[in-house]
Amino acid sequence: MSTREMVCITCPRGCTMQVEQFDGAIKVTGNFCKRGEQFAVNELTMPMRTICSTVKTSFPESPVLPCRVSKDIPKDKIFDVMNEINRVVVTERISRGDVIIKNVLGLDADVISTSDLLRKGE
Amino acid sequence: MIKTDVLVIGGGPAGLAAAIEAHKNGAKVILIERESRLGGILKQCIHDGFGLVRFEEKLSGPEYAERFIDEFRELHIEALLLTFVTKVQKTESGFVATVVNRDGVMDIEAKSLILATGCRERTAKQVFIHGTRPAGVFTAGTAQHFTNLLGELPTKKCVILGSGDIGLIMARRLTLEGAKVLGVYEVKPTPSGLTRNIHQCLNDFDIPLHLSHTVTRVFGVDRLEGVEVAKVDENMRAIPGTEEYIECDALILSVGLIPENEIAENLGVEIDPKTKGPKCDASLMTSVPGIFSCGNALHVNDLVDYVSESGETAGRSAALFSGKERKMASVIPGDKILYIVPQKLDTLSVGSETVVYFRSKEVYDDSIFRITVDGETVFEKKYAFLRPPEMEKVIVDFSKCGLSENSKISAEIEVTVK
Repeated sequence: MSTREMVCITCPRGCTMQVEQFDGAIKVTGNFCKRGEQFAVNELTMPMRTICSTVKTSFPESPVLPCRVSKDIPKDKIFDVMNEINRVVVTERISRGDVIIKNVLGLDADVISTSDLLRKGE
Repeated sequence: MIKTDVLVIGGGPAGLAAAIEAHKNGAKVILIERESRLGGILKQCIHDGFGLVRFEEKLSGPEYAERFIDEFRELHIEALLLTFVTKVQKTESGFVATVVNRDGVMDIEAKSLILATGCRERTAKQVFIHGTRPAGVFTAGTAQHFTNLLGELPTKKCVILGSGDIGLIMARRLTLEGAKVLGVYEVKPTPSGLTRNIHQCLNDFDIPLHLSHTVTRVFGVDRLEGVEVAKVDENMRAIPGTEEYIECDALILSVGLIPENEIAENLGVEIDPKTKGPKCDASLMTSVPGIFSCGNALHVNDLVDYVSESGETAGRSAALFSGKERKMASVIPGDKILYIVPQKLDTLSVGSETVVYFRSKEVYDDSIFRITVDGETVFEKKYAFLRPPEMEKVIVDFSKCGLSENSKISAEIEVTVK
């Protein structure tokens, strides 16, 4: 059996949790909501993270457009996904939520725009 | 002269929420924004975590802001962009704001005024650092502006002074873009930023956090070449012999935010030395009738959700402002409370659901937050822990305690020993 302290990063509350592992089972205490338990289990099996970044555009008034992954990706793929994001140049006027890279690196997550900065009429 | 009921100064999350809520309460509203786009600082806060309280979704800054901007536009509220307020004067019937933009100078007359001017970062001039004055010393917000709005990486190898949230967020952001963040140095023995940011921004990327350390000197002629860091004693003074030289091309400062209240001060609004924002009543009216304050101009928030909430309160109050008499009683914070908002209560209009925000002065485990009126407890809540970086919000019913101007309203934190 092993016990470790873990801080849940799911929301700004940032619960400090006690995570016990025994016989393959994981017991979580100190979490305010059930997302804490899910976070702890993921951290011990497959840690997941989100990425928020920017992509280059060809529009001089807005040289970069904010973007993020549509759902969490494995933590060890962060820099691989960043490489993909940094290879893109947006040349069309797209809206918030539009897909910039579909199914990035086959991780089942899209890279999407998070701003209407380039929308027509902005 | 242009006439309006409510004039909102500032088009960030507080001003947007205030304008929308004032409009919904029947007021004619004009919003003034000095930049070319609405959204305030959220435009450059591309990281996620916004809106968890309000929308139960993890949004990025632009996504959160644009939800309000979309609503603001659907309601056809008037906004003057690239417009700067140069002067506000109190008149018999309200206020006259002098503004300047590309059309020239004009006056706007308003019955009530909402100050949603946000906060400013403390700069290198406001923290005491010795040495030369090379390029490469800038605030975390400036680094964020370069990286997220201009698409330019402002450093290849940097040191961050201060563990405020923007500094932590930028440590991760610069690392993602390929810069090397050598370490975060915090003069206090505890971090200033949220615990989750220590984990997801520093620990995830093996960026060391050095508590009780500070930058004592900068080196370089044209561009920063290095900094000297040192350990500090309990009085935050550098300990001789602990100095260490670190080669870097940038020193990024995340050493605190100060509410922006130049307009408020010029209008004679009473400022709370603790929050550095106006002293307000529960409707978020300042000491000057008709002037309201919200968001980070009122006090520096850690969650934008509460910025919007205070904007809505100020917006509603400003729309319904009638100039009726107030009889104020002060809320007196105890020695374990860093600050409390509202600082005053209007005893003539006491609500049953008064929103109270507070921060503890230090980290306290197992404690009770209590509000008493003339010695009688009117509110009590237990906390497993209270941390200064994390603002707490409670809702208090003051309607049954017969408040008067002479009431002694006290707020205190009692640390309970197990």
